Amino acid sequence: MIEILTTGLPNTVQDLGRPGHLALGVSHGGAMDRQALAIANLMLGNDPSAAGIEVALHPFRLRAHIDTAVAVTGADCAVSVGDRPCPPWWAMTIRAGKALVLEAPRVGARSYIAFAGGLDLPPVMGSRATDVKGSFGGLAGRGLSRGDQLALNPAQCRLPAGGFGAALKERRGAAGGFASAIELRVLPAAEFDAFTPEAQAAFTGSEWSITNDANRMGYRLAGETLSLLSPLELLSHGIVPGTVQVPPSGQPIIQLADANTCGGYPKIATVIEADLWRLAQAPVGARLRFVPVSIEVSTEALRANRRWHDEFVAARNLVAARSRPN
Amino acid sequence: MVVGTPHISLAGSSALLLDGAQGAFDDATQELVWAVANAALTLEGVREAVPGMNNLLVVFDPLATDAHGVGDQLMSLWTCTDAHAVAGTHHTIPLSYGGARGEDLAGWAAHCGLSVDETVRRHAATTYSVAAIGAMPGFPYLSGLDPRLAWARRSTPRLKVAEGAVIIGGAQAGIMPMTAPSGWHIIGHTDVKLFRAEAELPVLLRPGDKIRFEIAGIEA
Repeated sequence: MIEILTTGLPNTVQDLGRPGHLALGVSHGGAMDRQALAIANLMLGNDPSAAGIEVALHPFRLRAHIDTAVAVTGADCAVSVGDRPCPPWWAMTIRAGKALVLEAPRVGARSYIAFAGGLDLPPVMGSRATDVKGSFGGLAGRGLSRGDQLALNPAQCRLPAGGFGAALKERRGAAGGFASAIELRVLPAAEFDAFTPEAQAAFTGSEWSITNDANRMGYRLAGETLSLLSPLELLSHGIVPGTVQVPPSGQPIIQLADANTCGGYPKIATVIEADLWRLAQAPVGARLRFVPVSIEVSTEALRANRRWHDEFVAARNLVAARSRPN
Repeated sequence: MVVGTPHISLAGSSALLLDGAQGAFDDATQELVWAVANAALTLEGVREAVPGMNNLLVVFDPLATDAHGVGDQLMSLWTCTDAHAVAGTHHTIPLSYGGARGEDLAGWAAHCGLSVDETVRRHAATTYSVAAIGAMPGFPYLSGLDPRLAWARRSTPRLKVAEGAVIIGGAQAGIMPMTAPSGWHIIGHTDVKLFRAEAELPVLLRPGDKIRFEIAGIEA
């Protein structure tokens, strides 16, 4: 069992979400940075979809009440286990009574903590992800509070002494500190052609910043005003995470993991799936730039992710084969 | 039945939006949307089919199929599918009009230029269709509202509209499955539960279902 010592309500239990229920109005949900949670799980030999904790508000502290192992990925923040500092993207053992501490990120916005065996919670509609809007899943459908206790599934986790780390080539650029705008690849969406040529040019030609109105449902952006050629009244339609809507204010909203499943605002573009983690790690105030790509490029990016995932599993198996169970 | 050629657009790398709307919402087009949604689920690589209002979002695995192929298949389903293939369930929903949990009833009647009793009578006289489920878990977009009873959405949405609220937004009607923000007007409430996450069948209503409201009380 683990006990939460310091947290905020935006911190929730997440897994890889509950796809398959969009037609019931239920969002996919799950980790905003899916890759970070999947890798944290894989580092411990878990199924990539095991339930862990998404930390969106730091600092975060928990205490282990049993000997177990944890992996911390996602944002680049100072992490310590029982006062011993650990590098980012590290898997390590933690002894009963010791505290795991995550300080405010230097780069990025969301940290992920996986536990050997995963958090032992009942699945709701096939997932342990917290759906805050619908108040179900996770721990009683709510964010984590101080004093919450969470059980772990039994696990045999093999780690080398001192733990081990994961280095991600595609994330190396992000470690530069986001000095320049974060680039997000986009595909044009249904109403792209209904915007003025000026709006189309400004969308990809100018920078956008993430306003304070940013959470798991979506981010409101600030920048140039995007205008339609003429007003549009759309009927409600299904939307996916990454959809960039433009409400009458002309300031875009990017819909994310917990977005409503249907919307009615005109859509100028969709951020490709392979780049959604960049948004998950973009804090309030971060600057964004949209880069148009083809469907072929977006599909190849997904294929590369899957290939990389398989290679990671193979490498992890090698590490495990040389390690003893803790 | 004549239904126009739909417009198909990309909704990211893993989804297509088929828009069959020809202006205002149309029931015949919606019947086709339901039928095509069911048929689309049998296509190779298709993961989800999400009926909207006269449109359909189809989510697929781009590594198992591709957008062009799915688009072509959707286009032929749209022309070849029998629109009457969905048989919905009939539901009767007891509804208490007005009162503290139906605070817009008097304003709605005034907007329609009708008495409260006549407004309620007309609202309860219609059979509604569940056109789509979406936005939030179990929320039904209902078609069939008497055009005389339509009322454009509030300019400022309420931050909290209670679970069970029966609401009107433009020409659409709905029922809140959970407490959430909404810009629609609140005309009454029902105790019927629309969504139970832990239940084997979490959502009460399905696209194609029919609803009648039964007057459980009127409090002006």
